[in-house]
Amino acid sequence: MPVITYRDALNQALREEMQRDDRVFLMGEEVAVYQGAYKVSKGLLQEFGEMRVVDTPITELGFAGVGVGAAMVGLRPVIEFMTWNFALLAIDQVVNSAAKMLYMSGGQYNMPMVFRGPNGAALQLSAQHSQAWESWLAHIPGLKVVTPGTPYDAKGLLKSAIRDDNPVIMLEGEMLYNTKGDVPDDQEVLVPIGKAELKREGEHASIITHGKMVLTAMQVADQLAKQGITIDVVDLRTIRPMDIDAITSSVRKTNRAVVLEEGWELCGVGAQVVDYIQRECFDDLDAPVVRVHQADVPMPYAKNLERAAKPDAAKAIAAVKKVMYLE
Amino acid sequence: MAKKKADNSPATDVDTRRELLRSMLLQRRFEERCAEAYALGKIGGFCHLYIGQEACGTGAISVLRPDDYIITTYRDHGQALARGMTPRAIMAELFGRIDGVVRGKGGSMHLFDRNVNFLGGHGIVGGHVPIATGVGFAIKYRGGDQVCLCFMGESVVNTGAFHEALNMAALWKLPCVFIIENNRYGMGTALERASSIHDIYNRAASYDMPRGVVDGQDVMTVRAAVQEAVDRARTESLPTLLEVRTYRFMGHSMSDAVSGTYRTKEELEEYLKRDPIIVLRTQLQQEGQLTDDDFAKLDEELKAVVQDAWDFAEQSPEPPVEALFEDVLVDTTSDAHAEAVVAAH
Repeated sequence: MPVITYRDALNQALREEMQRDDRVFLMGEEVAVYQGAYKVSKGLLQEFGEMRVVDTPITELGFAGVGVGAAMVGLRPVIEFMTWNFALLAIDQVVNSAAKMLYMSGGQYNMPMVFRGPNGAALQLSAQHSQAWESWLAHIPGLKVVTPGTPYDAKGLLKSAIRDDNPVIMLEGEMLYNTKGDVPDDQEVLVPIGKAELKREGEHASIITHGKMVLTAMQVADQLAKQGITIDVVDLRTIRPMDIDAITSSVRKTNRAVVLEEGWELCGVGAQVVDYIQRECFDDLDAPVVRVHQADVPMPYAKNLERAAKPDAAKAIAAVKKVMYLE
Repeated sequence: MAKKKADNSPATDVDTRRELLRSMLLQRRFEERCAEAYALGKIGGFCHLYIGQEACGTGAISVLRPDDYIITTYRDHGQALARGMTPRAIMAELFGRIDGVVRGKGGSMHLFDRNVNFLGGHGIVGGHVPIATGVGFAIKYRGGDQVCLCFMGESVVNTGAFHEALNMAALWKLPCVFIIENNRYGMGTALERASSIHDIYNRAASYDMPRGVVDGQDVMTVRAAVQEAVDRARTESLPTLLEVRTYRFMGHSMSDAVSGTYRTKEELEEYLKRDPIIVLRTQLQQEGQLTDDDFAKLDEELKAVVQDAWDFAEQSPEPPVEALFEDVLVDTTSDAHAEAVVAAH
């Protein structure tokens, strides 16, 4: 199976879906002539032309709304935000237009569109460029929210998102774009939206995570295995709708859970996961669930402070040991 | 750009003008009953009446083809009626009933009808303007010759969404007609207290966009100006910003005084003399094309239509509780939902 980067997996998904359906187009800042701020759209302008790979002005609210309008009348837009930090300017279109149109119109106007771009912290970009937005977006009925953590899932989820007749939010990771993995060169690599994946099987504890933190969780599993501790790594892959069965079946097996995420603690995705666990697995738990997340501060610039703020493997290992009463 | 004159050419025949009078009078009688129903608690939430502004939507929509698109604000009853949505379905929606045009999910502010390409009343000031640009983009993408008509109030021109949307429509040469219904007040804030320029059609100069300003109380004037803009959009794929100067005879919504706080009774009375229905009625009567008796007959007929809508709405059931969870998401891929909706009609 070909080994390609997460970036190329996204590029493959876009190219294949644009070849498959001429209603699919890509719109955003620097997606065409510049070939993508992160080169996700490399070569697409040359293959599909300027009507289908559209450079916009810096006007997030505006072009998000253009996507909504185009979707209302039968196109299938993929709207790229250079980062989700900039998408805050467009949140009215995502929340008030895209998410609610089907409901407000009594089922008449669905929104077959994708909003995508990198989410979460990279390296030393400080407060305004280092934020994970999934808990905000997952709060909204009418949206689907996916967070691929591997190249395979990036391709499969983006293709599923483009074919979905609902508005799908895709949160990628700048730090993931260069990561590599097995990805079939296959038109029908489709990862179902709403299905988690057990990325690693173990017996002592479960880490429930998503997005960029999947990589961290896999490192944690490798390191703990050397100490004789094996863990389940449950990759949610989709935050809304959340695969509750995948969470509960793992926790029922291991009886101990750590919830790992990039975002902040209060009202975070992990808070919802813990709620499902307490509701469904109350009698299965051998320890309180522990959460690992970003420190409750805007992201600082200095290397040491940034490291202290971010969740990482060491913090997650400590959490696993805590739920196992080893420390 | 020159101010537009009314289209009094012989081509605009008497039948057309009678139709426009009928449409405006239907809207008026419909909304008078809306106010009554609101007072009786049959209509809830926000309810923004169009009374006084009927010539804007009626004139504009009268030049469209059935396959053109319309998108508008929360002050949408009049335009929905002008586009041919039925008084029954609209009243049932306002009453929150299952036979409402959006099955009781939207109410006054969110009327949608896929059958007539009515892309909704939208509730966030400015929010729907970029959507109109997107509809224009889709028309151009497909190589079609439809037009997207976008109505908005004058307060919209101070939002970022307006600027972003107009810039892209001009930059990409999209077939959109942006119509500002300038009723002079955003809730209680006068235009002069909100906008640094008062001839707001000149905002289009920033985008090198064709623009114009017309009297919004004369339906034939509106019609002529919109016809020109629609032709430009259809044949040259160019957007237009048109300011239509009008006045609302009622409050912003149902909870504010008609006059006395932000505008005077005298000002209101001055504008009432230019009631768009009276303007057209007078024209027709002066030409000998309409008698008092004709008008009275028409009025009685339309009052009966509205009474029928009221009765229909009252008899329509409330939505079943199961409907609460319907239409949050569709469970289809690759356009199967849209195809099913179209097929169902």
